[in-house]
Amino acid sequence: MSDDAAIVISVRDLVVGFGRRVILDRLSLDVLRGEVIGVVGASGSGKSVLLRTILGLIEKRQGSIAILGIDRDAADNDELREIGRRCGVLFQYGALFSSLTVVENVEFPMREHLGLPPGLRHDVAMAKIEMVGLKPDDALKYPAELSGGMTKRAALARALALDPEIVFLDEPTSGLDPISAEAFDTLIRTLRRTLGLTVYMNTHDLDTLATVCDRIAALADGRVAALGTMSDMQSCDHPWVREYFGGTRAHLAARGSEATAAT
Amino acid sequence: MTHPPQLTTTTQGLLASGAWTAAYLAVLERITGDAGARESSGRIDVAGIVALDTFGAWLLERLRRRIGPDAEFVGVPPHFQGLFDALSKVNQPAAKAGAGNPVLRLLERIGRATESAGVDLLALVAMLGALGEALLRVLLNPRRLRLTSSVHQLDRVAWQATPIILLITFLIGCIIAQQGIFHFRKFGADDYVVDLVGILILREIGVLLVAIMVAGRSGSSYTAEIGSMKMREEIDALQTMGLNPVEVLLLPRVVALVIALPLLTFVGSMAALYGGGVVAWLYGGMSPEIFIARLKEAISLDHFKVGIIKAPFMALMIGAVACVEGLKVKGSAESLGLQTTSSVVKSIFIVIVLDGLFAIFFASIGM
Ligand SMILES: Nc1ncnc2c1ncn2[C@@H]1O[C@H](COP(=O)(O)OP(=O)(O)O)[C@@H](O)[C@H]1O
Ligand SMILES: [Mg+2]
Repeated sequence: MSDDAAIVISVRDLVVGFGRRVILDRLSLDVLRGEVIGVVGASGSGKSVLLRTILGLIEKRQGSIAILGIDRDAADNDELREIGRRCGVLFQYGALFSSLTVVENVEFPMREHLGLPPGLRHDVAMAKIEMVGLKPDDALKYPAELSGGMTKRAALARALALDPEIVFLDEPTSGLDPISAEAFDTLIRTLRRTLGLTVYMNTHDLDTLATVCDRIAALADGRVAALGTMSDMQSCDHPWVREYFGGTRAHLAARGSEATAAT
Repeated sequence: MTHPPQLTTTTQGLLASGAWTAAYLAVLERITGDAGARESSGRIDVAGIVALDTFGAWLLERLRRRIGPDAEFVGVPPHFQGLFDALSKVNQPAAKAGAGNPVLRLLERIGRATESAGVDLLALVAMLGALGEALLRVLLNPRRLRLTSSVHQLDRVAWQATPIILLITFLIGCIIAQQGIFHFRKFGADDYVVDLVGILILREIGVLLVAIMVAGRSGSSYTAEIGSMKMREEIDALQTMGLNPVEVLLLPRVVALVIALPLLTFVGSMAALYGGGVVAWLYGGMSPEIFIARLKEAISLDHFKVGIIKAPFMALMIGAVACVEGLKVKGSAESLGLQTTSSVVKSIFIVIVLDGLFAIFFASIGM
């Protein structure tokens, strides 16, 4: 990754709080085009809050956020819609529309944003569903009939519906068994290569961090405490980061990923 | 920096170039629509494509499949190879289910509707049985009674419902009296309006109106509550803790309803009689003393009993239907709405049918 690669998300001096509690305190973070960035942090450290603020779902107190070169504060409605079209989001619990089938869920953003003929829309939606590893039969199921892993895949298919440039994933592998989680990691790697995605991912899965992410941002005390690759994390001296990445599990994950890379 | 997509026919095959992305969908649809028929060599040269997304790639793939099974892409830029590969695997034609004969489909629908009515009836009977069983268990061991929950439900369905029930029954009493006076006056039979109001309200209208309002107000909220608990697996959670959801959730609600409906029927009937009296006084010129004196002659305790006896049975049916429908809710928000509507419709229907059956019963025993 070269230094002058285009910045697709730029967060500057962001302050977010609820009532008297400040969750994010003058946080700054840049995401580069084409990279997979993993945001880690203890439970409750504000990963979801940061993601939701970037998406404009939570009001910020100070600071600026620019996505794809568009400043959120200065953007008019058309530009906000444009951002919505170029970003896909996988929410922590899927957030699939419960009264629509999987394929209707995937078609939904296309229906809203693109004037596609129904036949083509259906074909592309089915293509996306198969690309995320679901079977064509699953397309007609309702969200309540899906397992946890299938829900995440279906939600990812919907996030990818409009061929976004950036996808946001909130804990994509949490709540999955290790095998499903690994399959999901592989899927994200493949899709990222196939579709040229930039991926912003909240996670606390060490395997995911080691195998999928180009860079890792560790969130602590409302800021980015450390930023860099897995090995940077292991040599970082921030107490929380050291504890998190210094454990045996982290070393195993890192070694595992080297093995994967070598094959 | 725009490169509109192009598709040209050459002797070597088709030549695709430009940006094949969603932004140019209209153009893409048009140019891929009629190409292919002219093409015979089975080669699509895609080296000139500068931008590609899933939509463009799928249109190319669809074109390739239309040309023939051995048509192929040539000159695929390396960074698009993955997308071409991914799309070549998807949307393989599957056997389509036949549409079927329209007469058969109609017959099938009728059959399914009949079956589902039967299943509903069975579910209702099963629910009454489960409630009865839970009640028995509670009676044998009164400490299992969920007193707090029952009182809370009673507060919601009886106390909080009182104002609206009073208002509506009062107005209905007024309307019946007004219509009675208006029409009876032609025959000089004004006084009989008291008989009309008294008997009609105590025997039929009071309880029916209150039951319908309770079905709409409390039955629907029971269904929605139970349904959303079902949706979030709260009911499953109760079950795994070894608790019986019927006893914990349903029985207190139904018991509250069975207690509430007679009370509400009583206050509703009184309000309706009061409304009738007020109209008779202001509109018909009948003084309250005379109204009350006539009312004493016109009605007997039997009329009152006929009305009030029906109330607990109606409440039981409303409660049972609400529970059955609530438990039928599946995962989606839509099914919650559907089941809530169907709970109200079914319980009103059952209330009216029950009223008819009671009318036959009371007539035959001479009450
Ligand atoms: N809407 C909200 N109102 C008040 N506090 C919130 C809200 N959303 C999140 N928080 C608080 O912000 C903190 C960070 O939450 P979150 O970003 O969800 O953590 P995580 O890093 O596990 O995703 C938590 O302490 C949480 O209680
Ligand atoms: Mg979170």
